[in-house]
Amino acid sequence: MNESWGDAGAAVAARAVTKTYGNGVRAVRGVDLQVPPGEIRAVVGENGAGKSTLMKLFYGLEQPSSGEILIGGRPRVLRGPGAAIALGVGMVHQNLMLVPSFTVAQNVVLGVEPGRRGLVDVKAAIETTARLAQESGLAVDPVARVDEVSVGMRQRTEILKALHRKARVLILDEPTAVLTPQETEDLFAAVRRLRDGGMTVLFISHKLREVREISDKVSVMRAGSLVATVATADATERSLAAMMVGRDLSLDVERAPARPAGTTLRVRNLEYRAVTGQSLHGLDFDVAAGEIVGVAGIEGNGQTELAEILAGLRRPTAGTVHVDGTDTAGLDVAGHRGAGVGYVPEDRLHDGAALDESIADNLVVDRHDRPPLARRGILRPKAVRAHAEQLISDYAIRTPDPSVPVRSLSGGNMQKVIVARELSAGPRLLIASQVTRGVDVGAMRFMYERLVEARDQGAAVLLISADLTELLALSDRLLVIKDGGLVARFDDTTGLTEKRVGLCMLGVERHDRERLTAGQDSAGEGARA
Amino acid sequence: MSSVLDVVLSSAFLAAVLRVATPYLLAAFGGLVAERAGISNIGLEGQMLSAACTGALVAGYSGSVTAGAVCGIAVAALLGLLLAALRLELGADAIIAGIGLNLLASGATAYTVFTFLDDKGGTSGLKSGTLPTVALPGIESIPVLGDVLSGQNTVTWLAFLAAPAVAWLFYRTRFGFHLRAVGEMPEAAASVGIAVRRVQYAGLALSGALAGLAGVFLSMGYVSFFVRDMTAGRGFIALAAVFLGGLRPWGVFLAALGFGAAEALAVQLGTLDVPPQLVSTIPYALTLVALAVYAWRRKRRGAGEVTAASM
Repeated sequence: MNESWGDAGAAVAARAVTKTYGNGVRAVRGVDLQVPPGEIRAVVGENGAGKSTLMKLFYGLEQPSSGEILIGGRPRVLRGPGAAIALGVGMVHQNLMLVPSFTVAQNVVLGVEPGRRGLVDVKAAIETTARLAQESGLAVDPVARVDEVSVGMRQRTEILKALHRKARVLILDEPTAVLTPQETEDLFAAVRRLRDGGMTVLFISHKLREVREISDKVSVMRAGSLVATVATADATERSLAAMMVGRDLSLDVERAPARPAGTTLRVRNLEYRAVTGQSLHGLDFDVAAGEIVGVAGIEGNGQTELAEILAGLRRPTAGTVHVDGTDTAGLDVAGHRGAGVGYVPEDRLHDGAALDESIADNLVVDRHDRPPLARRGILRPKAVRAHAEQLISDYAIRTPDPSVPVRSLSGGNMQKVIVARELSAGPRLLIASQVTRGVDVGAMRFMYERLVEARDQGAAVLLISADLTELLALSDRLLVIKDGGLVARFDDTTGLTEKRVGLCMLGVERHDRERLTAGQDSAGEGARA
Repeated sequence: MSSVLDVVLSSAFLAAVLRVATPYLLAAFGGLVAERAGISNIGLEGQMLSAACTGALVAGYSGSVTAGAVCGIAVAALLGLLLAALRLELGADAIIAGIGLNLLASGATAYTVFTFLDDKGGTSGLKSGTLPTVALPGIESIPVLGDVLSGQNTVTWLAFLAAPAVAWLFYRTRFGFHLRAVGEMPEAAASVGIAVRRVQYAGLALSGALAGLAGVFLSMGYVSFFVRDMTAGRGFIALAAVFLGGLRPWGVFLAALGFGAAEALAVQLGTLDVPPQLVSTIPYALTLVALAVYAWRRKRRGAGEVTAASM
């Protein structure tokens, strides 16, 4: 299937590659990169550093403006993914490229289906998939529908897809973003096995700890250029982060111990019956003013539903929710805002901002109807602009002008707009979901500092995240949610390991009800308060 | 009431159901193919109408019923390609483009007929003939079934064979795999080297051709002339059947058959002592009820197998 490769040199290489987009953005600048066969090479860099574009060039999704792409030691012109696949390059995209209603086996063979005369031999597809899974140690159920299997299995399906196409180079774009620690370990084991079988792996990641664990060498990109390639053994997370941002930067958040005051959020016996998605079963927890309570869990175990109930977007089926004594369970979103609830939604593109509207307008949507921004129901454009300029400078939002539509901002800056709006409202309770998803290291650190600052000013913060490192770095207390119920509670996060939290997320470790509800007043008192 | 039952249970009624359901079935399968390819074919109505008009005119002037049918189907397929091009090349909204296509077809067919025949109403002045019926030897001697099946039009047989054919196409052939993948997750299809646009063009051409066959049946099945706007909303009802059938071939088959039965019932009840205006609303009222039921069930069940991406 593959064209013969030259014997010499690198499995994949870039020679003075530059990619300039139509709008003049230079995403990749003069990159020289060689990756020899049988190596796991991590490529790290901030958002917009050009690593995704570089991978697209290797996979034929983009063509270089100048320079050469070499695969198997020879210069190649890749007109599309088809050409790259034929040369033995496989890519597992960050947002998985699977057809949800197809089975695992059907996805594995899609585009190169077995069978004769235009027909698909479904049985052969299942057998091929099972055999590949066996050989590679990537366990999948060939006949299960993709939308009914775990994210981990979907990812294994993607890798099998590449193997089925006889890939000799595998590009993994942020593969661990959606995995639990255990699934990540399994993935790493499989990737190492593939490498030992001669596979070349390009591993794109933000997570420096994982990069250190899996890769043989690390290439660091910054602003489109390749700034360094070092042996992983010689690198530290700190040195890599410094190379990525061009200055010394640490993600260790300095925070004083929390000084929790009275209970701000009191949730008792919260029930939610979901039509689609995850139902919630009898949640009891408190968040005090001046503390950050983290919520860990495998995605899809009720975090979204919980966040949206607390923000007023869904109504609980039963139970009580109080914010500083106000019963918010029956209130609408405006009622929640009035009670002092701020909300950073997990999906900022859909729920966080009106993308086609300006930064200035997005910053006033929760307060446009009152002074100083409006007078007698009429907006005051000057005040709106001044308000935006103030927040843009306070939150270091990188933009030429407040009138720029939010859509044109980078992920990190988009998120800053939302965080600026929510925090500047001075919330008593902040629900923060996946605050740093897809934002770069610099913006990440900024968000962390702001969350701690809000805490120190007396806000109760409920931090929902898929990133355990982040949860452990920020949380004063930690809850673990599984199947819509709380399964673990840690009142002290010092010394808590990701591994242990991971075991709770999988339900291996469970805390009894006494520990989960320790120190809480009863539901009746809560209702009267 | 017993007279209604008598009507419904008669073999003449069942034969009428098959006949009346034919255009619904074909158009609905056309809609289904397009929907699964990821482009809603709102233009079914216009494609049917254009095919009906072209078929009658070509058959009338050439004297060949086959030539008429082929030309009618070809015109509808081209309109399917036009819709795909508007969507894919120019980025037009498929729904707006489809509505435009329908308006164009309504006006253009009337204009064409007037140009050729100097008649604003239709082609009744032109001798264009009808498509042949299927005579299976011995079938008439089978009780009931013989009465129902004998003398049915070739197109009716094709319409009923279309259900297994479309199911086979979707689930057994490489093209069907690619079509469904493209409609559901175009990025995924593109990332494995499937030519997304080519598949969508092919799907829309097939969709138009099926609608064309439905249209040709209208003007050349049991009548032998084209009447202005003779599709009378069948393309839209077929589109309703596509969704009511859950975007699956056999579901769509049942839904389209149901709409056909409702219309046949309306025709039969017209002979009884029921106000004809009321009776003629049955298919449309049924469409609304069925769509409401469908939406309600979908909401209860959550997202079904396929989420309609473009509607």
